[in-house]
Amino acid sequence: MKIRAQIGMVLNLDKCIGCHTCSVTCKNVWTSREGMEYAWFNNVETKPGIGFPKDWENQDKWNGGWHRGANGKIRPKQGGRWRILAKIFGNPDMPEIDDYYEPFTFDYDHLQKSRESKAQPTARPRSLITGERMDKIKWGPNWEEILGTEFEHRRKDYNFKEMEEEIYGEFENTFMMYLPRLCEHCLNPACVASCPSGSIYKREEDGVVLVDQDKCRGWRMCVSGCPYKKIYYNWKSGKAEKCTLCYPRLENGEPTVCSETCVGRIRYLGVMLYDADRIEEAASTANEEDLYEAQCDIFLNPHDPEVIAQARKDGIAENWIIGAQESPIYKMAMEWKVALPLHPEYRTLPMVWYIPPLSPIQSAVEAGKLKTDGIMPDIDSLRIPVKYLANLLTAGKEEPVVRALKRMMAMRHFMRASLIEGKPDIKILDEVGLTEDLVKDMYKIMALANYEDRYVIPTGHREETIDAYGQSGACGFSFGNGCSRHSNSDLDLFENPKNWRGRSASGKDNRINTLFTQGKISTSRDSSATGGGCGSGSCSCN
Amino acid sequence: MNFFLFQIFPYIAISVFILGSILRFDRDPYSWRSKSSQILRKKQLIIGSVLFHLGILVIIAGHLVGLLTPIAIFDALGISHGAKQILAMTAGGIAGIFCLIGLVILLHRRLSDPRIRANSSFADIAILFLLLAQLLLGLLTITVSMNHLDGHEMVKFMNWAQHIVTFRGGADEFLTDVAIVFKLHITLGLFILFIWPFSRLVHVFSAPIGFVMRPYQIVRKRES
Repeated sequence: MKIRAQIGMVLNLDKCIGCHTCSVTCKNVWTSREGMEYAWFNNVETKPGIGFPKDWENQDKWNGGWHRGANGKIRPKQGGRWRILAKIFGNPDMPEIDDYYEPFTFDYDHLQKSRESKAQPTARPRSLITGERMDKIKWGPNWEEILGTEFEHRRKDYNFKEMEEEIYGEFENTFMMYLPRLCEHCLNPACVASCPSGSIYKREEDGVVLVDQDKCRGWRMCVSGCPYKKIYYNWKSGKAEKCTLCYPRLENGEPTVCSETCVGRIRYLGVMLYDADRIEEAASTANEEDLYEAQCDIFLNPHDPEVIAQARKDGIAENWIIGAQESPIYKMAMEWKVALPLHPEYRTLPMVWYIPPLSPIQSAVEAGKLKTDGIMPDIDSLRIPVKYLANLLTAGKEEPVVRALKRMMAMRHFMRASLIEGKPDIKILDEVGLTEDLVKDMYKIMALANYEDRYVIPTGHREETIDAYGQSGACGFSFGNGCSRHSNSDLDLFENPKNWRGRSASGKDNRINTLFTQGKISTSRDSSATGGGCGSGSCSCN
Repeated sequence: MNFFLFQIFPYIAISVFILGSILRFDRDPYSWRSKSSQILRKKQLIIGSVLFHLGILVIIAGHLVGLLTPIAIFDALGISHGAKQILAMTAGGIAGIFCLIGLVILLHRRLSDPRIRANSSFADIAILFLLLAQLLLGLLTITVSMNHLDGHEMVKFMNWAQHIVTFRGGADEFLTDVAIVFKLHITLGLFILFIWPFSRLVHVFSAPIGFVMRPYQIVRKRES
């Protein structure tokens, strides 16, 4: 047994209102740069829908994730090592920018500078890649917002697998939910396995998956390797970038930006202990439907004295063990079993989990003669089909989804009965296998969701790894050669893009500004304080 | 002139090639990448890039083996100079045609696609033209070689290259009376080495051969 710690995340979809605050704050912090306008480390999809990038869940098309061979061994679905190298000159599995969307801005200037005319001046779209005018914007990062496209598009949603999707095209049966997505910081990451230069790695201390920007050579195999399509190719710098789980914040015990700013308080962060020796075994589980359980099996009980002893032996700090014991992730995933992984069938053992959403009872007509299962309405009469959620969260196995939904309903019923009617109903708890104490804790963490209950993040231990004294006055994040900026001359010898910020090839102001205000063109080519991974020299993250 | 181009310039070019690359790798690793533009347009890239790369890899390997293997080894193996020249012309010619088709496709894509064009630096376009010129010169030498199939011209180039890499004087004298197209080909080749560290060509050094030996997963400590 080799115990490692991992910061995991749970998103309570039951409370997500689809406001995109997480996406916008993330973009403003991490990807408001040329080359990364199209990239959303965090995005919120409306489901059903084909998602972002288009059809990302369909691995028959994109070949992401892992493939289990006849011999029971796993290899990246896009191919083993030789196969990946053979594709290096041209990667057939990599999405094109149109699969995401062509990034655009608008000619806001025209609104101020237009001459007097009979018609209102308009701000027409302009491509951020070519600087040319775009006649029509055909796709965007959130094109399917609130079922915004025709059913003909969204019926292609991969999660309709083995379902009669036609009936959900009828107005009366339509359903929707939100799915905020970010890097899963998997235990068995396919991006790491696909990287020919070995630049992507998982951090031993907290499990964050990062791209070493100095080692990345832009072979772009990680983009196709990741089944969640959460590694983005920066078309300006020629390097891969990804969600960093805001590790500089985590190291200080602060939640990620997406979590911190979530107005619905749906996000949770906490430590999970797991057995690193059994990763491959779990990921190689024969039946896809068993992958969820297999992943649960390698999580370790942080209250078990044996586990604690071994964790200490493996160098896990005391505050991390305590963090694991108080972790809301452990409670939701393991004790209450209400959180489930996203697409475990990709065999990457993802670490951002989801609590499935409850939904209204099917229709008003049916509500009159509602089928009930004891006190609770029949799960089958929920508007969001259980099979759909199971395809999303448990590789099609319905029991874990039903259990999670029932427990959430039981919690509501119990709390309503005790707080409003003053008659706690223990019977319903027995039905779903919960106790009064557990349900009160669930209520506290899931319904009240106080800040300190949502985020239990032990601080990192810099003091053990570096001499912090030498870091004083250093330059923090940097790309490349430490504090020194790139060349001051117009002709940069090593062909660094001189327009790191502020200008496109066409010379137009090109910054992504989600507030839609017009900034001054900046000629600064300060490229520090950006992006995943970090530079050599004084950088201290790797 | 002959002395400068074929005795002095090779050392300048190779020094810049090696030192410049080391310097860039050390000082500016963030700029060290293949600079793929596939994400902006897949069309044309895969076929063009595969043809180009396969062709040029064969050509480079052929040049290295053909020029730097000591002549004595060929003699010992019983391979006549004429036979070696025919082999070089055929293999090089076929690989050259592959490479040429790929290169023309890539050049067309780079110049005609508005997305690629807008994101091409001067160096990106210039390097394609340089490689095209070099490739055409290289293919032209085949027609010249047709006129002397006994391999004695080829031995001059082998002698020249082997004198250069072993730091011997008088290397330039081997090339005084070779056809002008060879001289141009060699000079341009050295020039490409000269600008190598300042172009995207540095990605060649990063050919990820080690990948096949590596375990799939990489776990790193924060400070390692």
